[in-house]
Amino acid sequence: MVRAEPEITPALVAEHGLKPDEYQRILKLIGRTPTFTELGIFSAMWNEHCSYKSSRLHLKTLPTKAPWVIQGPGENAGVIDIGDGDACVFKMESHNHPSFIEPYQGATTGVGGILRDVFTMGARPIACLNLLRFGSPEHAKTRHLVGGVVAGVAGYGNSFGVPTVGGSVNFHTRYDGNILVNAMAVGLAKTNEIFYAKASGIGRPIVYLGSKTGRDGIHGATMASASFEANAEEKRPTVQVGDPFSEKLLLEACLEIMQKGCVIAIQDMGAAGLTSSAVEMGAKGDLGIELDLDAIPCREPGMTAYEMMLSESQERMLMVLDPAKEKEAEDVFRKWGLDFAIVGKTTDTLRFVVKHQGEIKADLPIKELGDEAPLYDRPHVPTPKKPVLKSSDIKPPVSNADALIRLVSTPDNCSKRWVWEQYDHLILGNSIQQPGGDAAVVRIGDGPKGLAMCTDVTQRYCEADPVEGGKQAVAETWRNLTATGALPLALTDNLNFGNPEKPEAMGQFVGCVQGIGEAARALDFPIVSGNVSLYNETQGRGILPTPSIGGVGLVDNIEHTATVAFKAEGEVILLVGTTIGWLGQSAYLADVCGREEGAPPPVDLVAERANGDFVRGLIRAQQVTAVHDLSDGGLAVAIAEMAMAGGIGAKIEAASGLDAHAWLFGEDQARYVLTATVAQAKIIHDLAAKQNIPLTTIGTTQGKSVQLPNETAIALDTLSHAHENWLPNYMAHAG
Amino acid sequence: MKAAVILFPGSNRENDVVRAIRQATGKQPHIVWHGETQLPAGTDLVVLPGGFSYGDYLRCGAIAGRANVMDAVRAHAARGGLVLGICNGFQILCEGGLLPGVLMRNRDLRFICKMQHLKVERADTAFTSAYTQGQTIKVAIAHGEGNYVADDETVRRLEGDGRVAFRYCDANGHLGGLANPNGSLNDIAGIYSEKMNVLGMMPHPENLIDPLVGGIDGRGLFNSLSNSLAAVA
Repeated sequence: MVRAEPEITPALVAEHGLKPDEYQRILKLIGRTPTFTELGIFSAMWNEHCSYKSSRLHLKTLPTKAPWVIQGPGENAGVIDIGDGDACVFKMESHNHPSFIEPYQGATTGVGGILRDVFTMGARPIACLNLLRFGSPEHAKTRHLVGGVVAGVAGYGNSFGVPTVGGSVNFHTRYDGNILVNAMAVGLAKTNEIFYAKASGIGRPIVYLGSKTGRDGIHGATMASASFEANAEEKRPTVQVGDPFSEKLLLEACLEIMQKGCVIAIQDMGAAGLTSSAVEMGAKGDLGIELDLDAIPCREPGMTAYEMMLSESQERMLMVLDPAKEKEAEDVFRKWGLDFAIVGKTTDTLRFVVKHQGEIKADLPIKELGDEAPLYDRPHVPTPKKPVLKSSDIKPPVSNADALIRLVSTPDNCSKRWVWEQYDHLILGNSIQQPGGDAAVVRIGDGPKGLAMCTDVTQRYCEADPVEGGKQAVAETWRNLTATGALPLALTDNLNFGNPEKPEAMGQFVGCVQGIGEAARALDFPIVSGNVSLYNETQGRGILPTPSIGGVGLVDNIEHTATVAFKAEGEVILLVGTTIGWLGQSAYLADVCGREEGAPPPVDLVAERANGDFVRGLIRAQQVTAVHDLSDGGLAVAIAEMAMAGGIGAKIEAASGLDAHAWLFGEDQARYVLTATVAQAKIIHDLAAKQNIPLTTIGTTQGKSVQLPNETAIALDTLSHAHENWLPNYMAHAG
Repeated sequence: MKAAVILFPGSNRENDVVRAIRQATGKQPHIVWHGETQLPAGTDLVVLPGGFSYGDYLRCGAIAGRANVMDAVRAHAARGGLVLGICNGFQILCEGGLLPGVLMRNRDLRFICKMQHLKVERADTAFTSAYTQGQTIKVAIAHGEGNYVADDETVRRLEGDGRVAFRYCDANGHLGGLANPNGSLNDIAGIYSEKMNVLGMMPHPENLIDPLVGGIDGRGLFNSLSNSLAAVA
């Protein structure tokens, strides 16, 4: 039975998310009215999510190259050389809108999608991370969303069998109607065994592998390219369903046929499913593609060409195989119980031809589908500069001891144990540094090398000053990697912003990209992969600008890394970096004083680099016993975290010329706290003087309490109780 | 010692246990596909590794417990051969009729991954001779369905026959309360078969074999197996 296809009307075009001028562009390109299937294909290829039409112009300014970069943006994931013939493959991607509508499945498919991106390149995934942003804890949906998203991330990663080793969870009312779920995956491959999407050879069979195609997820990418209205739940049918079991089988089967040399080109079916993967393979290889939809393994009968081309069913791959090894590949897939079907061939026509039930449903120029996608230079206005606040204008509302107890127990700064204990972070037996520190460290095989990895962004800084905020997100990521002893090598970004058609939101995007670029250049920390998520807006209100940064660094010897925990009493506590006591946009100002005001701390990239290189040198020379970077909550929060992690207290001295609250809670950048034995501290002071690094002795590790200057000592038990209990108590409360 | 690790679709801790066995014995175990009907000749020890066999979309371990290869595992156990099931492997042993009882959803209905202390109930078995009786060891847990449940009569017999292998406890060896992470009856973390040759346990000793990754308390189990099989051979 062939269903009649709907007539192409302006209303239908609009439903497909295509603007009138974009439709005119289509007419001009193909010289006729598109078929219904073709309209679907254009909507899939030309939406914001797939075409980057608002962001491309600005992304081009980012640094993406370095001698160690094997593959930058434009493939399924970025690839860097980590020596000895090893490559690290990684990327971060968002699944924001689906996770708001259906948190468990939205999160699982986010994790599944990013894992697929990594193993499509021939890499075995070794770790996952994430960055989650939820609405205000008081918002009616937040508890449900936290529970669902965390269970979803866990449900997929745990079953797939990759440790989830790190992440970041924050709350803010500006995410009330639009949460962020950014998932990152890291894999290992051999530098000479990386697989790409580019097809080659004419008349080669196109093979479909993995799960069957169903009606789920149709128009998922289009949904990701529009703002939310109040009726977001009605879009639930566009959310896909994740199946980590099938993905695990797909991983093993794909790696097995790659090993056997069967694969010429490979592309996973992610956003815009079969359409995007087939077009990409052909366009990159300067080839045409002809698909025969009668051969597609379908989950249900009666699926139309339109539905098959736009389905976002998960756990599917498209490949071009070496014809001589086709049988071998098929046997591997059958062994793992997966579908294997020849669904088309490569041609020399540069056309994308789709056939179904004896009819040609689409016949489009394949390169133009990608190359001729609209490109916009959206109007943008810079965010007005905020005044620099003086610490003397910020009167402490409570004692500094009470402020510290409050700061370690806020939704943003409290322990996220409740979250990461649901993630299997120990599987594979290589998790050297586990969640809770500055960055995770994962051993490579039996060592001695390891990879450090983390995700970061301080969205309130980005809101106040997008350029400085963008810089700071990169600098903090770099600093967190450095604090473990790793050399930061490259980053992936996930740029979450509001509606690009609003000049203010577009201005935030442009500013953050500028800041990211400046910091990445100064720190030799290129961007090798990424994702843009725009239209994060509900009922006209945008999210905080949130350019998530995922960083990867190399540890030469996993026995020479640093952790945040204090190791012994009687050690010297040192502070690297300059403190002027910057309280504007600080956690102290927001969470203790209740004010989100002022300019955020400026980022001095020269100091950032010098201080970080100094600290890394000390760690690698084993001259320090603990290291922690300073960020939210400043010095006092860093000391409290080190004390709680080690079960050892500290006494902190006052700083002359600074207000106590500015000294303790200021968020000046480029700073680290170190501990060292008395003998080591002497050597470190000499080294710092020689290299012109600002270094101050600020206290001693001792006892079972944290003693701030001129304050009552706070027992570690009090701090830990406050730190550990907020989230479990919140989640236990019947919503 | 000749070890065979069974690979079900969805197993995911097979390489972790292979590493632990290799470390203890210096030998690489055989990987046996779930569709096989025989174990490699001369197999001394069969290991059912952790994971989510068949996705665990039915009851955990229910499908794997009925896989082809399980007939061979049951025959091996009936001959007195050693069988170790860890996590999903324990669930499979229960579903496959090799051990009594069942693993239910954790008490708090969430997956839990963390370091966990165990009390070694006896040190005179093939699996625990390298430990001392009553020793507290630190291993890892990572499961959503680890809440051991059995009828009163079964639990009485397990306890009476000394077939409880490990119990959850705190760092000081104290049982009960929050030291029990999942609500298991009598804090049971692992049990033996009647002939003491089959051990099923939820925790992961194979992830605690390395001083850089949490500690080495898990090594004892693999060293015990290595020693006992060396003594036989």
